[in-house]
Order: sequence, then structure tokens, then C-alpha cells
Amino acid sequence: MAAFLLRRFGLMLLTLWLLSLIVFFAGQVLPGDPGRAILGPLAAQSAVHSLDVQLGVDRPLLTRYFSWLGGIFHGDLGLSYSFRSAVAPLVWPALFNSLKLAALAFVVVVPLGIGGGVLAALRAGRLTDRVISVTGLTLATVPEFVSGIVIIVLFAVTWKVLPVTAAAGPGASAGAQFHHLILPAIPLIFVLFGYFARMARAGTIDALAADYTRTAVLKGLPRRTVLLRHVLRNSLLPTITVIATQTGYLIGGLVVVETLFNYQGIGLLIFNAAKSKDFPMLMAGVLTVGVVYSVATLGADLLLIALSPRLRASAIGDTGTGPKGGGAA
Amino acid sequence: MTQTVTPVAVPARATARWRLLARKPTFLIGAAILSLWIVCAIFGESIAGYSPLSQSLLAANTGPSAAHWFGTDQLGRDVLARVITGSRDILVITPLATLLGTLCGTVLGLAMGYFGGALDLIASRIVEAVLALPSVIVAFLFIVALGPSTVSLIIVIGFIFTPLIARTVRAAVLAERDLDYLPAARLLGAGAWSVMLVEILPNVLPAILVEFSVRLGYAIFTVATLSFLGFGIQPPTPDWGADIAANYGVLAAGYWWETLFPALAIASLIVAVNLITDSMEQVMSS
Repeated sequence: MAAFLLRRFGLMLLTLWLLSLIVFFAGQVLPGDPGRAILGPLAAQSAVHSLDVQLGVDRPLLTRYFSWLGGIFHGDLGLSYSFRSAVAPLVWPALFNSLKLAALAFVVVVPLGIGGGVLAALRAGRLTDRVISVTGLTLATVPEFVSGIVIIVLFAVTWKVLPVTAAAGPGASAGAQFHHLILPAIPLIFVLFGYFARMARAGTIDALAADYTRTAVLKGLPRRTVLLRHVLRNSLLPTITVIATQTGYLIGGLVVVETLFNYQGIGLLIFNAAKSKDFPMLMAGVLTVGVVYSVATLGADLLLIALSPRLRASAIGDTGTGPKGGGAA
Repeated sequence: MTQTVTPVAVPARATARWRLLARKPTFLIGAAILSLWIVCAIFGESIAGYSPLSQSLLAANTGPSAAHWFGTDQLGRDVLARVITGSRDILVITPLATLLGTLCGTVLGLAMGYFGGALDLIASRIVEAVLALPSVIVAFLFIVALGPSTVSLIIVIGFIFTPLIARTVRAAVLAERDLDYLPAARLLGAGAWSVMLVEILPNVLPAILVEFSVRLGYAIFTVATLSFLGFGIQPPTPDWGADIAANYGVLAAGYWWETLFPALAIASLIVAVNLITDSMEQVMSS
């Protein structure tokens, strides 16, 4: 078990290191001269050069990569081009805000999606199933900015029941913050509901058709016991992996939702950094997202192993990195 | 040139699949909607009746009428003309990007699945690293670095899809690797790439086709989102996502048609691709 955990953790570190290479390549190698990019094509070469020296981008690429990577381990994510201040103090509160919004969406959508999927599976082929499946598929395919706009128009503009921005203002109470986060959470819930319901439905249908379920029914267990102890315990395992892989998607969706609702999260931070070509900020934001995703999938793998005796046995046998779900991001 | 071991069975099975697909109502509906948008993309202005770019500030923000079926936008441009011609760029960018990703992903996936070993291990880690980021965010990073243009959108989305498709192809190749026809081909003297392209590829093609269709749906979602955020197709070129971004500010004033119609266009295109994907998956797995 310890060997498996060590291997799984080592693979995660390797993945994160490769991620840092990709992010550095995109943020520091591709754009060319940052001083020129900031000052524009008309600025004097001497001004561009002095800005490059000030930003430290006149040094060789390898030196820059290692000083950037070294800084990350000390919690130093570099200097923002546009704010001319350290990036890290801006990233943490933004990440915390995004986690609040994501948590609200998850708390609603996980039971709703699983419940909907299980219900659809139990009534497979009937009207309830068709309604849940088609609704889920439709909601999952509509981009967040489309559903978000419809929601703003209905709830904030026409009926005026909920605030149009997500920011409750500094020092707002938990209740007020919650009130402001209801609308932004809805587009995220819409998209995720379809995925979760689909996975839960497929898992439940497989479990219902499995031999152990037939055995449980034939030995005379009550339907309730069969469903709770035999069907659901098996059918929900793959859903855990999907939920974890969807955290990546969720953060992608946050860019749109946070921009639409003007919410100071990591998505808006990445969007603003991209708009102003603030590469250190953009790199820090993207890397943070990657770390959050990696930690979430690691957590899901561990949870899956803890819950499933079969996987626990194979993990001790050390055969691989655990099951992987389809990343729909 | 090495002959395939099962030269007759593969084409026969493929024809049967197409016949099965052509009988599925979901496939037909999806194909009909997609064809409609392709016709719009090709003939654009000649169907629309108005130029998507000609402004008429006196006729700005007018609602749907006999003259302008979908109304006009803030600059007095005909919304119907912009919705019709807005299909053009997205229908050029998304298939090309998906094709690029599919080609690179297939080659990478074949090599990973066939050779295994260190190549598979290293490539799998890179795949994981790219997968750790949402498409929209990777696209952001690279498009900002390269500057938004049609070509950079195609390259960036193709690059993002490569590992995703490689993973699917790799899994399909692993299922084929231990079958008897491969040693048979090798005994006939076929080289590694010849075995991969001539023997394995035809057998994993159905999985690749389904993956292409799935990715096409995501490509439309991604390009629409990037355009909405201002990093995709640039104004004044008509584009659904960019038009929504330009006009949702006046939604509160009641000018719903400027946003609703492009939004419905995006939704209909994504639903069409999903209907096609769904029926393809059913046919391929049957």
C-alpha cells in the first residue's frame, strides 16, 4: 500500500513538473520579447531593453526557468507585469473565492446528478428516463455564457430577485455572500448535471444487470436492501472519478462565469491576465488550476481505493495508477 | 506491400454500419441540421439578403420584422445575416482543428500502444500534464502567446486534442496488440509502422471516428467560448460567440433578439453534432 501511494504521488509530481514546462514554454518562450509586448511596437528599443532588465527577462531561458521554478517552492510566483507587484498575494484570495463558488455548485449538483441518474436507470426506457437523459444532454451542451445570460435576464433583470454581480462587497456576511453566489452557480450546475447523471445512470444500469444483483434478489433480500447495499455501492464508484475529473472542466467554466458575473476568482484573474498579456500572472493562474486538478484526481483515486475492496487488492499488488475516467474538459 | 489478413471482412462491416447509421432518426436529424449550417456557411450572403457588415445606425436595435426577420443589432446590422454568415469561420476552424488533433493523436496513440515501454510512459505523463488543464485555459495561454487568428486557433485546439485522442487510440491499440493477425503480419516481414498503419489502423478506425465526432462537439464549445471571451474570432467578422459578447450588454434594455438568435445557433450546432456522435457510438458498439 505504501509503495502504491509513493508511486502514485511520484507520478503526480512528474505530471506537475511537465505541466510547469508547458506553462513556461507558452508563457515565456512563445511570446518573444515581453518588454516589446508591453510597451508596443512604437516604443524606443532602449526603453524596451531597460524594462526587460527590470523584469529579469534579459537572462537566458534556462536561468529564468529555474529561478521561476525555485520561486514557486518558496511561494513566490513572480512579478505581475501589469500590477508591478508580487503575483502570489493576488492568486490565493482569488483561488479561495473560486473554491467557494465551486463548492456551492458541487454541493447542489452532486446529489442532484447522482439522484437523477439513479432514478433514470431504475426507470430505464420509460418517460422519466427520457426526460432526465434528454434534459441532462441538452443542459450539458449549452455553453455557460448562453445559460448564464438567460439566467441574468430572468432573475436579475426581469424579476429582480437576485443580484446581477457575484461580489457581495468587502466584509459581507456569509449569508450575503451566499445570496450573491446563487446565480453564478446555476450555469455550472447545468453543465455538470448532465455528466454526473449520465455516469450514475450507466453505472447503475450495469450494476442492476450484474450477477451479484440477481443473486441478491433471488436470495430474497428486500428491494431497498438490494438497491442500497448491492447496486448503489458498486454503481457510484465510477461516478467518483468523473466528479474528480470534472473539477478541471469546472475551473474552465469558472473563467466564463466569473467574467460574466464579475466575481474575483481564479477564472477572472486568468481572464484579466490574458487580456493584459500579463504572462507571470497568467502562468501562475494556469499552474494553480493544474495543481488543484492533480490534487483532486489524486484524492479521487485514494477514495476509490478506500471504497472498493477489488481495487484495494490490485493497488497493493501495484499494477497501475488506479482507474481513470474520461476527462471531458 | 503486405496484404491485410482480413481484407474482405472490414469493408463489408463498414458498409453495413453506414446502412445502419442512415436508418437512425437521431443521425438523420443531426445530419440535417449540420447540412443546413454548412449550406449557410458556403452560400452565406446570397441566402441572407443583407450584408452582415453593412451598418445602418438609423435602424439600430429594431425588433424582428418582415424586413429583418431576426431584427437588427446596435449598429443596425441585420441579425439574420450575421447568424447565417456566422457559421462560416466556426465551420472552417473546428473541423480542421479536430482533424489536426485526430491525425497527431492517432500517430501518437498508435506508437504509444504498439511500442509501449519508455515511450508510452513518457508520452502518458505528457498526456496527463495537458489533461490537468481545462481546454479553455490551455487555449487561453497559447492563444495569448501566439496572438488570436484563425491559424492559431486551429493549431492550439489541435494541440489540446492530440493527447486526448492519443489516449483513446492507445486504449484501442492495446486491445488489438495481442491478437494473432499481428505476429502473422510480422512473420510476413512487415515493419513496425507498416503493421500499425496497414494492420492495426483499419481495426481501430471506428473508435477514431467516434472520437473525432466527440471532439468536434467540444471544439465548437471551445471556439464559441473563446470568441465570447474575445480570444477567438475577431470582430467585425460575424461570429455567434463574439456577437453575443458584443450585444449582451443591451439585453437588459429588452433587445433580446441580438443575443438569443446567435445563442440558439450555437446550441443547435452542438446538439446536431452530439446527435450524430450518439448514433455513431450506438452503431459502432453494436
